[in-house]
Amino acid sequence: MTSAVEFASVTRHFGSASAPIKAVDGVDLTIAEGAFFAMLGPSGSGKTTCLRLISGFESPSSGVIRIFGEDVSATPPHLRNVNTVFQDYALFPHMNVRDNVAYGLMVKGMSRSARYARAEEMLSLVKLSSYGDRKPGQLSGGQRQRVALARALVNEPRVLLLDEPLGALDLKLREAMQDELKALQKRLRITFVFVTHDQHEALSMADSLAVFNDGRIAQIGTPEQIYAAPRTRFVADFVGSSNVVPPAMTAALGGPVQWSSLRPEATSLAATGPVTGTITALRYQGSSTRAVLRCGETDIAALIPTGQPIPEIGSTRAFTFAPGALHVMAGE
Amino acid sequence: MTAPAIIPARGPADRLTALFWRRPRLLLALLLTPPLLWLGLVYLGSLAALLLQSFYSIDEFSGRVVPEFTLKTYAELLRPSNYDVIIRTVLMSAAVTIGCAILAFPIAYFAARYARGRWKAIFYLGVMLPLWSSYLVKVYAWKLILAKEGIITWVASATHTTPVLDAILALPIIGGNSLSTSYLGMFAVFVYVWIPYMILPMQAALERVPTSMLEASADLGATRAQTFRTVILPLALPGIIAGSIFTFSLTMGDYIIPQIVGNSANFIGMAVYQLQGTAGNIPLAAAFAVVPIVIMLIYLTLAKRAGAFDAL
Repeated sequence: MTSAVEFASVTRHFGSASAPIKAVDGVDLTIAEGAFFAMLGPSGSGKTTCLRLISGFESPSSGVIRIFGEDVSATPPHLRNVNTVFQDYALFPHMNVRDNVAYGLMVKGMSRSARYARAEEMLSLVKLSSYGDRKPGQLSGGQRQRVALARALVNEPRVLLLDEPLGALDLKLREAMQDELKALQKRLRITFVFVTHDQHEALSMADSLAVFNDGRIAQIGTPEQIYAAPRTRFVADFVGSSNVVPPAMTAALGGPVQWSSLRPEATSLAATGPVTGTITALRYQGSSTRAVLRCGETDIAALIPTGQPIPEIGSTRAFTFAPGALHVMAGE
Repeated sequence: MTAPAIIPARGPADRLTALFWRRPRLLLALLLTPPLLWLGLVYLGSLAALLLQSFYSIDEFSGRVVPEFTLKTYAELLRPSNYDVIIRTVLMSAAVTIGCAILAFPIAYFAARYARGRWKAIFYLGVMLPLWSSYLVKVYAWKLILAKEGIITWVASATHTTPVLDAILALPIIGGNSLSTSYLGMFAVFVYVWIPYMILPMQAALERVPTSMLEASADLGATRAQTFRTVILPLALPGIIAGSIFTFSLTMGDYIIPQIVGNSANFIGMAVYQLQGTAGNIPLAAAFAVVPIVIMLIYLTLAKRAGAFDAL
């Protein structure tokens, strides 16, 4: 199977040659055809630059990018069979929804009736059938995003890029849209690549993801791999607010003298144990209460299922964890 | 001791602020009254007086204004000598507006999209600097530049391009004896004098077009030319229209440049100046002055109908 997108030691520097800012620094990446791929990372980690390198709005300072095996180094954005759903949607305010969706077909020279028919199809795909005559300014945020989606998909791209697609939506809409995007991708079998800083979004939507840090990829894998077996402290910390356990404590807990991670949901408070600490914070979360135990210099979070007794802040407790829950990290 | 919930007023300024806070409309009314008086009475009033005058006529024997409603004065505008003045002025204004728009666009686009920090400051200075010096000085400077003994003739002979200059001057209607006595020269001076009024609104309109809009267009397969035609131009159009209102109406009303540069052909501004001054024919001067207003109204109506303001 060919890969949809391939990065071969791609670097993108900004600024002067003497003191470059390395937005993307030697990234190797393969995105399989038909994948729902997430690029996850904090702001400034290089994930958005990577997306713009695929769409062609940035050119690599060195390295090669291939889309379906073809080197696109010399290909301008308008000749790449890749479409983007922009973070601010970038709908054309002077055109109605139908003309916005049909724009890509219009510039390719398709007749008015043919492109309007295709635009209507796309609008019904995103459940906005009766909105063709409206202007983008008359739509809600969620509707605008669907228009942006329809406008990109009408061109039948080989790869669809989504820049923080759910960032501007409220929580409820965001959850609905997550399911919808996932279903849409399954149905259309187009490779989706999306950028997000929200680990929950990345874990729940993607079937594989890359975690970015400082212009490099910290780890690539399936959501399960990344969540259960983070390779570095950064990944453990960033994905799913895990407990990062220093080498000495790992050893005290029965592991090697190495950094390890421990999921809060696999951790519970106990009367006795190898490591004890003081409860410093309690946060009620509905189905559970998250307790923070200060053990020397390290904070250990544990989840107390609702219904069980909650300790007082300031009291001393130890903690235990399910066997095998302590994950020793290979990288720093 | 606890702090009071209400801090005591420190003086009349506090009490006044409190009054405005309770009655926001009062402040608005206070702020708007002087300009509305100015606009409403002085400006619109004189416009109404002008309109009224244009419906009067002049007694040809006594030279006195007859304050009776008549359309005779407007009919006079259609006399060939007067009609020519109107057509000439409208054509020149249209040419100047188009010339300004074409020359201003790259400058405005550069300023809106690429200029940052120091370059932006240089842009504003460069555009505004000519406005700091006297209009008359600039026009006379241009007369010297364009004159037969001027810089352009000198440059042409130094670069052996005199035949090119002569060929341009030999063009019918727009050519002439020298650049300073031709429509071409007048056009150049008009474009120079009014172009800042085109650049600034155009730049403001282009600045409001987000980069992502241009990227979206390219992303969807549009070439640069298609992006320009279908995205940039429609979104910049309100600014271009605003600029063209300035350049068009300023050219229509100008009476100095046609006197100094060009072939002394009459323009609306000059006609108004002569009619109300030496000729003392206030009604005809008023009728002439109404022409630019009517043309601007027609222009704006057409622009609105063409959807020029849809992006506002």
